[in-house]
Amino acid sequence: MSGLTSLTLAQARKALANKDFTAVELTDAHLAAMEKARALNAYVLETPDRAKAMARASDARIAAGKAGPLEGIPLGIKDLFCTEGVRTTACSHILGNFVPPYESTVTAHLWRDGAVMLGKLNNDEFAMGSSNETSCFGPVVNPWRRHRTRACPSSVLQDSGSRVNPASEGSNVGASAMGGIEGAHLVPGGSSGGSAAAVAARLCLGATATDTGGSIRQPAAFTGTVGVKPTYGRCSRWGIVAFASSLDQAGPIARTVRDGAMLLRSMAGHDPKDTTSADRAVPDYEQAIGRSIKGMTIGIPKEYRLDGMPQEIEALWEKGKDWLKSAGARLVDISLPHTKYALPAYYIVAPAEASSNLARYDGVRYGLREDGRDIIDMYERTRAEGFGDEVRRRVMIGTYVLSAGYYDAYYLRAQKVRTLIKRDFETCFADGIDAVLTPATPSAAFGIGEKGGADPVEMYLNDIFTVTVNMAGLPAIAVPAGLDSQHLPLGLQVIGRPFDEETLFALGAVIEQAAGHFHPERWW
Amino acid sequence: MSVDAATVRRIAHLARIAVADDEIEHLRGELNAMLAFVEQLSEVDVEGVEPMTSVTPMQMKKRVDAITDGDNVDAILQNAPVTQDGYFLVPKVVE
Repeated sequence: MSGLTSLTLAQARKALANKDFTAVELTDAHLAAMEKARALNAYVLETPDRAKAMARASDARIAAGKAGPLEGIPLGIKDLFCTEGVRTTACSHILGNFVPPYESTVTAHLWRDGAVMLGKLNNDEFAMGSSNETSCFGPVVNPWRRHRTRACPSSVLQDSGSRVNPASEGSNVGASAMGGIEGAHLVPGGSSGGSAAAVAARLCLGATATDTGGSIRQPAAFTGTVGVKPTYGRCSRWGIVAFASSLDQAGPIARTVRDGAMLLRSMAGHDPKDTTSADRAVPDYEQAIGRSIKGMTIGIPKEYRLDGMPQEIEALWEKGKDWLKSAGARLVDISLPHTKYALPAYYIVAPAEASSNLARYDGVRYGLREDGRDIIDMYERTRAEGFGDEVRRRVMIGTYVLSAGYYDAYYLRAQKVRTLIKRDFETCFADGIDAVLTPATPSAAFGIGEKGGADPVEMYLNDIFTVTVNMAGLPAIAVPAGLDSQHLPLGLQVIGRPFDEETLFALGAVIEQAAGHFHPERWW
Repeated sequence: MSVDAATVRRIAHLARIAVADDEIEHLRGELNAMLAFVEQLSEVDVEGVEPMTSVTPMQMKKRVDAITDGDNVDAILQNAPVTQDGYFLVPKVVE
């Protein structure tokens, strides 16, 4: 039944409604695919019994004519979402075998609408990372592999004279070896690496993810999938393991723009349990697919043209502009002058909030506990043992920038810079810009172990195009737009006005229509 | 700004994370790399700019001051590493 896993979510929903196959058959096909794909390490926990029970309940509701909007659709859930009675770890040792006695609001919305949970997906520890290498369960393998060939027949960039950029070649060039995870494989991006890899490898029809600085969009771009980071407040944060509360936002990763729209409609919505949750009606985002973009004004920010940016990324951006122009949009050069300060400001704000949020892991109420000679020693040993290197680094830098004597110089200044970053966007939107088009990432996927070993900042630069959006609380979508000369997917990002996700789906659909779809060849 | 070994130890203690002596130098290098990276913020003119406190302009919602939850001792304690008689157990705090 492997044909069932290659359907889009929208196709599967239609076929289920037509009774072409059952929800149980659809779920079983995915469970079988997951079993064969364990080498990718996308799932950290498979929940087949629960999946089958949920699928059986879906079949009963379909038979009774009571199907919800996602009835019988098998999904993967990032291990940052608390799932009642199912181990939730944020991929950190410190949460150990934490089994939440409650369900996150976003996942509760999905089950309310009939979706089926296949299991919990790998991510960077506490969502801190851009490669999924910081997970305590080990790295996720990107289902895409580098090809030795310089140009491939399906590459949309081929005709623009793309050439291999030396900076994009790494130790895993030409990787083709089967076998182990280490060495010869690429990262899927992060922190939602498991979500992106599972969707790309057809191990679920869609997945939940979260985005604090790019954690939905960057892995989507690295795997040829669609990633939607909604406006801050669009999805409830309740029941999602907190990283940086003023930046965290949940969203879907899916194989098509339409599938992303369907998932977001269910995930979004007001929740009294999250005081930052927006009290607004959720539109039927799917209606925006196919909507004309004629007359829309698209901003092209000059600050996103970086020195040393691979020529292929530049060419991809040009393609994107052409597609939108051909569909009737007007392109305008804009300036977002504080763009270059977004990443450094983020690396003050996010660790500061993380150091506060992660104070709760103290060895008392849940998770790991290492005994000590007194309570302070118990805390210190527990946290030393439980946190990985990246988490420790960020908690420490966050503690430092909030400490007496440094607060004004670091944290307060960063919050002021954040105001300026948001103001840049507000000025453009006030001038009539409907959305902003940028590349999603400064490169294609890189090799496991290739980045950030000597200098953590090298890894942080992955989020250079995505992090501004979180700082300004805006919605954005990453849409696959082409393959590079090594046959790896690249994505474009569209940034929208607050709560105007519909425009993003309309524009995303135009890009998707022009670029086509990109699927990795199955080798695992 | 950059941090020295003593500051690394102080931060680690404030963050309640035990750090071994042989890790200090490595950590110091990493923290200083991050601090060097964020140093560029000092060139931004932030005179008269309000610090951001809420990314979306919204009134903080308040719920009714009423008891809405409780009587969940077992659920609350089910994940605790050590419990006794319906309480979390910690090392002795008060002498």
